[in-house]
Amino acid sequence: MTAPAYNFAYLDEQTKRMIRRAILKAIAIPGYQVPFASREMPMPYGWGTGGVQVTASILGPDDVLKVIDQGSDDTTNAVSIRKFFVKTAGVRTTTATADATVIQTRHRVPETPLAEGQVLVYQVPIPEPLRFLEPRETETRRMHALSEYGLMHVKLYEDIARHGHIATAYAYPVKVDERYVMDPSPIPKFDNPKLNDCAALQLFGAGREKRIYAIPPYTQVVSLDFEDHPFEPYRHDACCELCGATDSYLDEVITDDSGTRMFVCSDSDYCETRRAMGHQAPSAGLETKTAS
Amino acid sequence: MYVAVKGGERAIENAHTLLADTRRGDRSVPELSLAQIDNQLALGVDRVMCEGSLYDRELAALAIKQARGDMIEAIFLLRAYRTTLPRFGASEPIETSRMDIRRRISATFKDLPGGQVLGPTFDYTHRLLDHTLVQESAVAPPATAPTDDTPFRSVAELLGDNGLIEREAPKGGDVGDLTREPLSFPAARDLRLQNLARGDEGFLLALGYSTQRGYGRNHPFAGEIRFGEVEVEFFAEEIGFAVPLGTIALTECQMVNQFTGAGNEAPRFTRGYGFAFGQCERKAMAMALVDRALRARELGEETGAPAQDEEFVLSHSDNVQATGFVEHLKLPHYVDFQAELDLLRKLQAEFFARDGGTETPMQDAAE
Repeated sequence: MTAPAYNFAYLDEQTKRMIRRAILKAIAIPGYQVPFASREMPMPYGWGTGGVQVTASILGPDDVLKVIDQGSDDTTNAVSIRKFFVKTAGVRTTTATADATVIQTRHRVPETPLAEGQVLVYQVPIPEPLRFLEPRETETRRMHALSEYGLMHVKLYEDIARHGHIATAYAYPVKVDERYVMDPSPIPKFDNPKLNDCAALQLFGAGREKRIYAIPPYTQVVSLDFEDHPFEPYRHDACCELCGATDSYLDEVITDDSGTRMFVCSDSDYCETRRAMGHQAPSAGLETKTAS
Repeated sequence: MYVAVKGGERAIENAHTLLADTRRGDRSVPELSLAQIDNQLALGVDRVMCEGSLYDRELAALAIKQARGDMIEAIFLLRAYRTTLPRFGASEPIETSRMDIRRRISATFKDLPGGQVLGPTFDYTHRLLDHTLVQESAVAPPATAPTDDTPFRSVAELLGDNGLIEREAPKGGDVGDLTREPLSFPAARDLRLQNLARGDEGFLLALGYSTQRGYGRNHPFAGEIRFGEVEVEFFAEEIGFAVPLGTIALTECQMVNQFTGAGNEAPRFTRGYGFAFGQCERKAMAMALVDRALRARELGEETGAPAQDEEFVLSHSDNVQATGFVEHLKLPHYVDFQAELDLLRKLQAEFFARDGGTETPMQDAAE
């Protein structure tokens, strides 16, 4: 029993080639879910194995990697995945969105606009946007093939009839390049507009479900809606109590046991950069003890 | 201050150090050796090898030790290691009729060539806690008997001689491997059987049980269950013939099921097949029931029971996938939760504005 020696970025080159072929196909057919032979990774399914395999397949020694979960570089699973690549690939890492060449994310799109040459890798739990309307893969693949998306529109319509709104707050379905309806992964719908006409390449990896899909740079991505009920990217009507940002997605934090709440940027790099530039909350001094 | 909590990295490292400490436990208690696990928790090792789909007793024992006896965690460890191994081909089909038998029983014939061989089994033990095992125990040596050369022909073969059971001609060509190609539906039987062989014992047990209780009943008889060692051979291109790689212990279950014939086909018994590394009899039997249930469509039977639903069964049988996704709920979800919270507040605000805030439990009850 000898300790195994792992290849650069863990996966063997054959596997990487197989995944790259899937990625190329995904880029060629924007929004189409390409089946791939997902490997068993040394982290649990559902914890980012799809994103990790995509990242491992595109990473080169010169890349600079950023890993975020819930918008933050310091959440436990982001730390764990970043450490995995530091250990297996030895690549440089960063928390600065602008400095990264590859960004692996779970549940958020960074606030800082992405640039050409960057790749955003999403971790995807359920790649099939139609899954909760029709659980059978055999059926949903046929529906995609025929562009038969009536069921999705009926669901959105029923939401409006019942609640007065489309009651989907995250993983809000989009249509890519006027063809495939796609699950943008469980990002808040606030982030949906960032997918449209994005300068960076966006790759989506679902390990457990064995699917890869992609949005090439500058591709049209439209959130599904109705003329009389247009899509609205909701955000809590407040500003960040640390940096004062009014344009970022906010996390709500309960600060004591009588339920006092505060709102802060979910994108920790965005918030820290703004604070470093001297921005602060309008009510500065009340709640803003300096973090770290 | 809760916000932007730093130190996640150190917290993780500390948690792992604590885990290692907890795993070792009281240092005055001797540490488990892999040989102890392999020998004395052998059925656990068998299960981990089977569902981990890697035949290596030492690695399976290591996984059990590292996983603190959590079998699914151990299976996961073995699977993650397995992924890193190069694959240089598929073995020749193993010949279970040439098994070195340690146990072979049939529920369909009172006696048959080779006889009923009970072997090491819990069957017929009274499930009374044996308090002599509290301490180191003296164990009597097992009884032995001379063997003759009677081949243990399988019950399915014997029934096949008279045309009483369906023939199963092996299909030529490549064997599918769902760890190398994504599974798609409908899946061929080789892939279905691979999926079931790797599948969670508990899940298959429950599904098999459900067929017995009427959800897709298929009238099973345990035609034969055998456990023993078989030789594995590999066809070496370079020298042009198959060479033995070694032997593996395995359990095979051949269920004999009813079938009344269809159209111009004569009525024949049908088969369900179960296979497991090591001695995993419960698993092999449950697998055979589910394999047969999944053939309902092919055999023109009524479908609709959970165990007959290929997509449902094959998509949910893998405990490494299942545990990962269930346990991922532990990961932070506060971004999506926040989005839901905002939406809920908006809907509530509209609700109360519309009804003038007059909602009371009484009104609800009256409706």
